[in-house]
Amino acid sequence: MIHPVPPGTRDVLPDEMRELRSLTERLLSVWGDAGYGEVWTPTLEYEEVLQRGDRRAAGAGFRTFDDHGNVLALRSDMTIPIARMVANRYQHVEPPIRLCYFSHAYRMVKGRSGQPREFLQGGLELIGVPAPHGDAEVIALVLEALSAAGLGRHRLGLGDGALYGRLLENLEVPEAERGPLLEALARRDLVELGTRVDRLRVSPASRALLERLPRLRGGIEVLGQADGPVSAAVENLRAVYELLAERGVADRVIFDLGLVRELGYYTGMVFEVYDPAVGFAVGGGGRYDDLLGRFGRELPACGVGLDVHRVHIAQLEEERQK
Amino acid sequence: MSELMIAVPRGALFGESLDLLDRLGIDTTPVRDNDRRLIFPEIGVITMRPSDVAAYVEHGAADLGITGKDVLLEQAEREVYELLDLGYGACRMVVAARDGDDPLGEPLRRRGSVRIATKYPRIAGEYFTSTGRQAEIVEVKGSVELAPLTGLADAIVDLTATGTTLRENHLVEREQIGVMTARLIANPVAHKLKAAAIDAFVERIRGLDIVAPR
Repeated sequence: MIHPVPPGTRDVLPDEMRELRSLTERLLSVWGDAGYGEVWTPTLEYEEVLQRGDRRAAGAGFRTFDDHGNVLALRSDMTIPIARMVANRYQHVEPPIRLCYFSHAYRMVKGRSGQPREFLQGGLELIGVPAPHGDAEVIALVLEALSAAGLGRHRLGLGDGALYGRLLENLEVPEAERGPLLEALARRDLVELGTRVDRLRVSPASRALLERLPRLRGGIEVLGQADGPVSAAVENLRAVYELLAERGVADRVIFDLGLVRELGYYTGMVFEVYDPAVGFAVGGGGRYDDLLGRFGRELPACGVGLDVHRVHIAQLEEERQK
Repeated sequence: MSELMIAVPRGALFGESLDLLDRLGIDTTPVRDNDRRLIFPEIGVITMRPSDVAAYVEHGAADLGITGKDVLLEQAEREVYELLDLGYGACRMVVAARDGDDPLGEPLRRRGSVRIATKYPRIAGEYFTSTGRQAEIVEVKGSVELAPLTGLADAIVDLTATGTTLRENHLVEREQIGVMTARLIANPVAHKLKAAAIDAFVERIRGLDIVAPR
């Protein structure tokens, strides 16, 4: 007789566990050497507290009640819990604060998509270092940790989640039009985006830029094609790139000016990590300068979360190819 | 081995999709000559059911894919880029019911909801919700025209090209939900890692001037 486990969850047996352990240790050693201390936070948090960080509680998919009727949610990422923890426990600590974690997070999955509901995330949070230095430190540490884990083909897509919204604002696109345009971009529906852009009453040059920007991706040269109304964000990306070049990891960066991340707390630079062996991003992160303030400590911050299981798949493929 | 792998739907869009690839200089003769073979690595083509294309592309088993807008709306959770409206394969998603009486109004007035049979439960459900009507959606896999004739449902939501099947079954189109055409989609990771190849492919299609004028 077989006793089922819920869809999207699974058991890990010794062979895989040994490899996962060795993978997380390799990531941790890179981050530990860079001064990041490993932390744990509760799996369950008050939903009210998570919602302080993000209106949708970062997409929490599982909720329950405690004996006083409070709503508890299974955390859906580690960024909000760590922001809460820093506000509580590091009140008097001078920034910068460097923390890393390996923890399970939980999300509702859509349909029979084959996606996990419980997944192991490994990541870091750099609190108190503004752009571009903080951005570059976090990105470099992700790329270096993945190389230490044996990956050789990983790339990082770098963009700014607020770029398109700011562009719409600067080109004086009516407010009512902005929402549907941003939504189409978030859904990656470039057909709908193009149709809506064509209907806007803006100059032909602006229309061309609005249509082109989400498709701009590639080397440093793409930044030259997006100056003008969004030059401040583009300058930050350029500065991040130069810092990464100094650390010798800039060749792994692909600029992607159409990149958006679904979580609501990002304020600027966002990125995703890719490996050719995995059809989905293996991780991602970005800058969230308002989040700590929502918990009462105004500090700029930046972080990343890797899906450890997907990194493991990339690692296996890398070994197979050798 | 071609740099890009493209998922091509067998079904209503098959012929025109192969014509498109031919015009791009991809010789699809092996696909046309082999009804049963599914994988054609020599020209970078895999073939499958239309409704499976989005899944293959989302998971990165194919870099690009051609599928109907109906599939994309019905599988809205798929994380894929929708790059181009290819313009061909236009079909209308419609609400159809039996001829004569007032098949939608009557059940809404007297039972508070209308029963709809469809192969597109999400599209149908969202359409009725967005028009402020309660609908009970019954998902069927095959000939949906049967449902109103047998009393399974008051009406259907289905895709129609010419309306012939509807007419033959004494069904009348009552409302149009939208026009669905073939779309070019891309895997999000391939869209970054193979950006140059994908952009070149898209530009070649744009150059053919078949893309639906907006």
